[in-house]
Amino acid sequence: MGPHSDLIEFLKQKALWVRKETLRIHKIAQETRVASSLSAVEIFVALYYGKIIKFDPANLKWENRDRFIISKGHGAISLYPILADFGFFEKQELCKVGKEGSFLGCIPDCIIPGFETTNGSLGHGLGVACGISLALKRKGVGEKVFVLLGDGELFEGAIWEAIMFAGEHKLDNLIAVVDNNKVCMLDYCKNVLDLEPLDEKFRIFKWKVEIVNGHDISQLYNALMALRDDIDSKPKVLIANTIKGKGVPSLETDSLSHTRNIKPEEIDLLIEGLK
Amino acid sequence: MKIEIKAMRDVFIEEIYHRMHDDNSIFFVSADFGSPKLDILREKFKDRFLNVGIAEQNLINISTGLALEGFTVYAYAIAPFLTMRAYEQIRVNVALHSQLKEININLIGVGAGLSYDVSGPTHHCLEDITIMRTLPNLIIFSPSDWVLAQKFVDYSIKVKKPKYLRFDGKPLPQIYHHPEEADLVNGFKELNKGEKVCVVATGYMTHKAVKIANLLIDRYINIGVIDLFILKPFKEELLFELLNKYDCVITLEEGFINKGGLDSLVSGVLDRQNSNLRLKRMGFEDAYVFDMGSREHLHKLNHLDEESIIKVIKDFLQEL
Repeated sequence: MGPHSDLIEFLKQKALWVRKETLRIHKIAQETRVASSLSAVEIFVALYYGKIIKFDPANLKWENRDRFIISKGHGAISLYPILADFGFFEKQELCKVGKEGSFLGCIPDCIIPGFETTNGSLGHGLGVACGISLALKRKGVGEKVFVLLGDGELFEGAIWEAIMFAGEHKLDNLIAVVDNNKVCMLDYCKNVLDLEPLDEKFRIFKWKVEIVNGHDISQLYNALMALRDDIDSKPKVLIANTIKGKGVPSLETDSLSHTRNIKPEEIDLLIEGLK
Repeated sequence: MKIEIKAMRDVFIEEIYHRMHDDNSIFFVSADFGSPKLDILREKFKDRFLNVGIAEQNLINISTGLALEGFTVYAYAIAPFLTMRAYEQIRVNVALHSQLKEININLIGVGAGLSYDVSGPTHHCLEDITIMRTLPNLIIFSPSDWVLAQKFVDYSIKVKKPKYLRFDGKPLPQIYHHPEEADLVNGFKELNKGEKVCVVATGYMTHKAVKIANLLIDRYINIGVIDLFILKPFKEELLFELLNKYDCVITLEEGFINKGGLDSLVSGVLDRQNSNLRLKRMGFEDAYVFDMGSREHLHKLNHLDEESIIKVIKDFLQEL
């Protein structure tokens, strides 16, 4: 066991904890999009606990932070426990998601410490991230801009305006991660409009592309580290192949998982069974 | 005094160009839309000028990102496409964000009303006041001439909030001789003190209102004319004080009426002040304009020509 494998083990434990916390949040806030959140767990864990992105909970406007735009806002419930764990806000806030007086919505917005932008409406995040990325370059700030996209979100036209723009303007400080969970609201994405070959589409638009298993924390960590430190003058995208509803067997095989709630009384058992 | 005819956008952009020499925070973003005065700007400031292409949604998104990082951003496009193609981007990324974060984005839409007369209904912009007025946190500037447009440059830099600037597409003569004549905090100017009937106009229609007032004075009729150039926010009580000296108010706009435009704005003022003033709304009825011809021709077809407006004024006066 070297230092790297210690880190991977640590990340795995964190991912397990975050998945359990996500389900606990869903238990008290049934309107949360649990399936969409569960597919993104390892991505959030690798970015935050793997120290791939730079942040300071005590200084949200720190000029040298990396900017993280969560374009698929629906899936960000999994980020709440992480932000609380790092002290962006008190942990007891997690018990209030969606409740009166809470700032933690079932879909997040930038009133929450740790969220740069509001993205409940899909398709906006990448373009805004491109603007931030360009601004950092013009200001001579060397930090990175990370964006989490959903694959279903890639149906939005504005995303492709931004994909064209980023490639053309060589926004090499921009790193997008596609949570490629293959399911939108009503069906598998491929039955709506087949996005494949997604990697080729990004390459044609002058992006550097890597593909990983989005639930293999080791693959994710290594790929994100490599992309962060990559000096190729291109925007980068990591296509993370994931499973919507990961960890909940009934959701993993359901084309309508986006709209499914897990009954509160079933959640404790599911959490117990998670490994 | 010599009256100069100039396009608002040219004067505005030229002034921005001058400011960019000393102010490194200014960023100018265009959706592939130009102006003779833009050529020198984009040549001189290659690193702070950006053409995103014919992509209004991305224009707003990129501008938001720049503004979130502290740039003073000018996002420039043809008015109907800026406001309507990218409306949800403006709503979510500009109006909504600005409630929580300081962002200075100036959305410059060129082609208010029927500026692009012969280009047909896709290029006419008759809805923008209505839809932009409904967005919280947005300042709406609707100048009647280039003097006001030039004056607004300073305001656009200093007031770090999102703004929509609706510029006419055609060169127009100046209404104001000195920038000091207009008070941007009040948001309007009584160009002519009259009696009984007052016309409230914005943008291009202010020129028509002034012209009609001048025509009528020869017939010993003295109407009031108010140029409302900031549609949000403006000093409502002060506006009402002026209006209340009259018996009737006519709103005059190159926009749809009865839907939330200038007419509804004035009507709201009268409602909130429990006023009994009579109100006549003049603008476009509930239909797009497919007819071809000059702006004046289209006005005539839609009862916004001088004769039609004078008739409304005279009818009012007879009823009083």
